[in-house]
Amino acid sequence: MMKMKWMAALAPLVVASNAWSQNLQITITNLTQGTYFTPLLIAAHSSDAVMFRVGQYASPELQAIAEVGDISSMGTLLTSVSANMVENPADGLLAPGESIATTLENLEGNDYLSLASMLLPTNDGFVGLDSWMIPTEPGTYTINLNAYDAGTEANDEIVNGAGAPGEPGIPVAPGMDAGIGGTGVTSTEDNTLVHIHRGNLGDDDPNGGKSDLDNTVHRWLNPVAVVTIVVN
Amino acid sequence: MKSLKSLYLKLLMAGIFLTLLSACHDDDDNEGPMPDPEPRQYRYQVSVTNLTNAQPMSPFAVVLHNEGMLWNIGESANDAMENLAESGDKSQVLELDVVLASSSGADILMPGSSETIEVVVADIEPVYLSAATMLVNTNDAFTGINALDVSHLAMNESISLVMGSYDAGTEKNSEIAETIPGPAAGGEGFNAERDDVDFVAAHPGVVSMDDGLTQSVLTQAHRFDNPTIRVTVTRIE
Repeated sequence: MMKMKWMAALAPLVVASNAWSQNLQITITNLTQGTYFTPLLIAAHSSDAVMFRVGQYASPELQAIAEVGDISSMGTLLTSVSANMVENPADGLLAPGESIATTLENLEGNDYLSLASMLLPTNDGFVGLDSWMIPTEPGTYTINLNAYDAGTEANDEIVNGAGAPGEPGIPVAPGMDAGIGGTGVTSTEDNTLVHIHRGNLGDDDPNGGKSDLDNTVHRWLNPVAVVTIVVN
Repeated sequence: MKSLKSLYLKLLMAGIFLTLLSACHDDDDNEGPMPDPEPRQYRYQVSVTNLTNAQPMSPFAVVLHNEGMLWNIGESANDAMENLAESGDKSQVLELDVVLASSSGADILMPGSSETIEVVVADIEPVYLSAATMLVNTNDAFTGINALDVSHLAMNESISLVMGSYDAGTEKNSEIAETIPGPAAGGEGFNAERDDVDFVAAHPGVVSMDDGLTQSVLTQAHRFDNPTIRVTVTRIE
């Protein structure tokens, strides 16, 4: 009986705190014609948390996303700072030209939206959004997203199934349109900070050349994605 | 945006209120039938600038419409847009079912050049304005604006934006001379065969013979980055 009274007394407080949450309808479109997005991690977080920032070193959690498409460690990190998250909304890869819609409820204090997903086939390229301030004004907002380079791996453009962070090479070309026998575009990563990706080079030799990638298929220009956010 | 719209709605309601008042006034003073009102016209100026280094743009198609889009990311290009993107022929876009009124650019728009195109429709206030042009030294690249909402534009109010380029996805980006209609190649324009991914997406840019595509007729000069056009739409009537 005492407990019931406590619950009743608490109920209005709970409602009041919910009034601070926002409902975000988020649609992400892969604008490219030949580049896949690995499972997306979308998070609303406080101003203290950062998934990546241009000009800074990638965290091991971001490196795992950018080199092998693994969002689990970043998810753990974001959970530890009470972020609100959507993990892998497309249930796998988001193919070229495809869109995915999802919803995210962000609680008070989680006023910034970030996302990341590896670009395939690349060595350590990712599409990202860094700390977009979520507006309090309801409406529809559209943001173009660029491709970034995590700066953690040389862009050799060799498709070799590399499956662990730090291992040279590209895990896979999901479109099954890569070549073989490339000698490697480069073996060094000169800029080891997060930066705008210079794009894949590729070549026109499916059985050799420097790159395993096709220069008419695997290049892109920014933006590589568009995000539409409906703030309710 | 939202508050602008609601402000506009309020102004619109105020406008209706004033119209009713003046109609009452007319009834009191005039014995004869009221003269037919002048047809109301909605006129827009579309100023476009070609921002590229060496990609002439085919004569622009400009259309007003209340529904539909000229293209959708991830979906097959319609035949009208395939024609425009492969050959620069805008005629089918101008005749799409949804089009209320249309207008065209006077000529090829050269790199660095600007042009102002007017489009007008009577009686119906249009919701959307779209425009499209081909980057002619490519296989099937185009740029434009896709269903820009102009319904809230007041007189002399304008919207300015820059746009990137799209790939119609209907023709492989081979860059072979026979497949590119522009002055860099003088090859074929439209071909009904769809030998590419068959969906519209952002264009990856041209590779060129100078950057590793041996079969390409294009040079480093034909490469482009986003954005490729600047557009200003102004309602002038």
